[in-house]
Amino acid sequence: MLRQIRTLMLKEFTLEWRQKYALNGILLYVVSAVFITYLSVGAKQGNIGAPTWNALYWIIILFSAVNAVAKSFVQEHQGRQLYYYMIASPEAIIVSKIIYNSILTLVLALLGYLVFSVILGNPVQDQGLFVLNLVLGALGFSGCLTMVSGIASKASNNATLMAILSFPVIIPILLMAIRVSKNAIDGLDWSVSVDKIITLLAINAIISATAYILFPYLWRS
Amino acid sequence: MKSSWWKILTIALLAYTLIAGLLLDVPRLPILNETIRALYFHVTMWFGMIIMLVVAVIYSIKYLKSNDLRHDDVAIEFTNSAILFGVLGIVTGMLWARYTWGDYWSGDPKQNASAIGLLMYFAYLILRNSLTDVHQRARIGAVYNIFAFAAFIPLIFVLPRLTDSLHPGNGGNPGFNAYDLDSNLRKVFYPAIIAWTLLGTWLSVVRVRLKRVERKIEDKLINQVS
Repeated sequence: MLRQIRTLMLKEFTLEWRQKYALNGILLYVVSAVFITYLSVGAKQGNIGAPTWNALYWIIILFSAVNAVAKSFVQEHQGRQLYYYMIASPEAIIVSKIIYNSILTLVLALLGYLVFSVILGNPVQDQGLFVLNLVLGALGFSGCLTMVSGIASKASNNATLMAILSFPVIIPILLMAIRVSKNAIDGLDWSVSVDKIITLLAINAIISATAYILFPYLWRS
Repeated sequence: MKSSWWKILTIALLAYTLIAGLLLDVPRLPILNETIRALYFHVTMWFGMIIMLVVAVIYSIKYLKSNDLRHDDVAIEFTNSAILFGVLGIVTGMLWARYTWGDYWSGDPKQNASAIGLLMYFAYLILRNSLTDVHQRARIGAVYNIFAFAAFIPLIFVLPRLTDSLHPGNGGNPGFNAYDLDSNLRKVFYPAIIAWTLLGTWLSVVRVRLKRVERKIEDKLINQVS
C-alpha cells in the first residue's frame, strides 16, 4: 500500500514535470489573478484593509486550487485509467492524489502569498500561524477537490460541474481557514485560534475520511 | 387500510398542528409576539429536512452496498422532499426574520449555512441529471450524496455555534427553553415535528412508487420492441 502510494506520487510528479505547461499555466494563473485583483480594487501598498486583503487572498487561492485540481482526473485517458485500475488499489490512488494535490495547492498558496505581499503589502503579523493555516487549508482543499474532481470526471459537463459541486462542500473549510488567517493577520495569541484550528482539522479529517471510503465505489464505475 | 394508519395519523397531526398552532395560547414576549408561532411552521421544517436527509443517506449507503436501484429511488425522492422542506424553511425563516430582525436576510450564520446546504443539494440534482446511464447516475449520485452530507453536518451543526447568531438559543439570545416551552409550546411543537416529517415521508413514498411503476412500464416497452 505504502509502496503503491509512493510509486503513484512519483508518477504524478514525473507527469507534471514532463508537461510543464500545465504547472506553469496554473502558476501564471495565480500571478495574473492577483494582479487583476490589485488593479481592480485600485489599491496601493497598505491601502486596503486587513479583512479585504484576507478575503481576496482566499478567494484567489480557492479559484486557483479548483483550476489546479480539476485536471487531476481529467488529464488522464480512459485507457490509462483502466490500466491504473488493474495495477493499483483505489485507496492508494486517492491517497496519492490527495497528497500530491495538497503539495500543489500549498505551492500555489505560498506563491500567491508571495505575490500578494509584494504587490498589495503584507499585513500578516503572525507568520507561523498563517503558514500553518495555509498547510491545513491546502490539505482540506485538496481532499475535497480531489474527490469532487473524481466525481466530475465521471460526468461530461466538467468545468461547471466541478465548480457547483465543490463550492458548497468547500465552504466550511474556507470559512474556518479565513477566520484563522484573520487571527494570524491581527497577530492574536495562539490560544484564541486553537479551537478553530482543531475544528478545521476535524473537518479536514471528516472530508478526507469520507473521500477515502467512497472513492473505491466511484472508481469501480 | 392496515398500512395506511400512519397516513391517517399524518392528517390528524397536521390538522392538530394547524388548529392548535394558530389558536392555542402562546407566551407573550417582546419583539417575538405572535411570531413565536413560527416555531411550529419554520423550525419543524428543518427537523423534517434533517430527518429525511439522514434517511436518504442511509439508502445511498444501502445502494452502494447492494447495487439495487430500488434503494436509489428512495434516496433521491427523500432528498427531493428534503429540498422542498429546506426551501420552505428558508422562505418561512425569511418572513419571520423580516418581522423580528427587521430584514429578510440579515447574514445570520445559520441563515447562510442553510442556504449553502441547499446549494449543495441543488448541485446534487444537477449532477444526477447530467448523467444518462441509470446505474452510473445512481452510483455517482450516492457517492456525492454521502460526501455532501459529511460536509453538511459540520456546516449546520458546528460552524454556527462558533459565532454569534441572531437565532434564539445562540450568542446570548435566550432560546425557547428559557421560556415555558414545556407547558404550551411543547404540546404543539413535538407533534408538529412528527406531522411534517410524516407528510414529507408520504410525499416521498408516493413518488418512489410512481418511479418504480414508470420503470416497470419502460422495461416492458423495451422488451416488447426487441
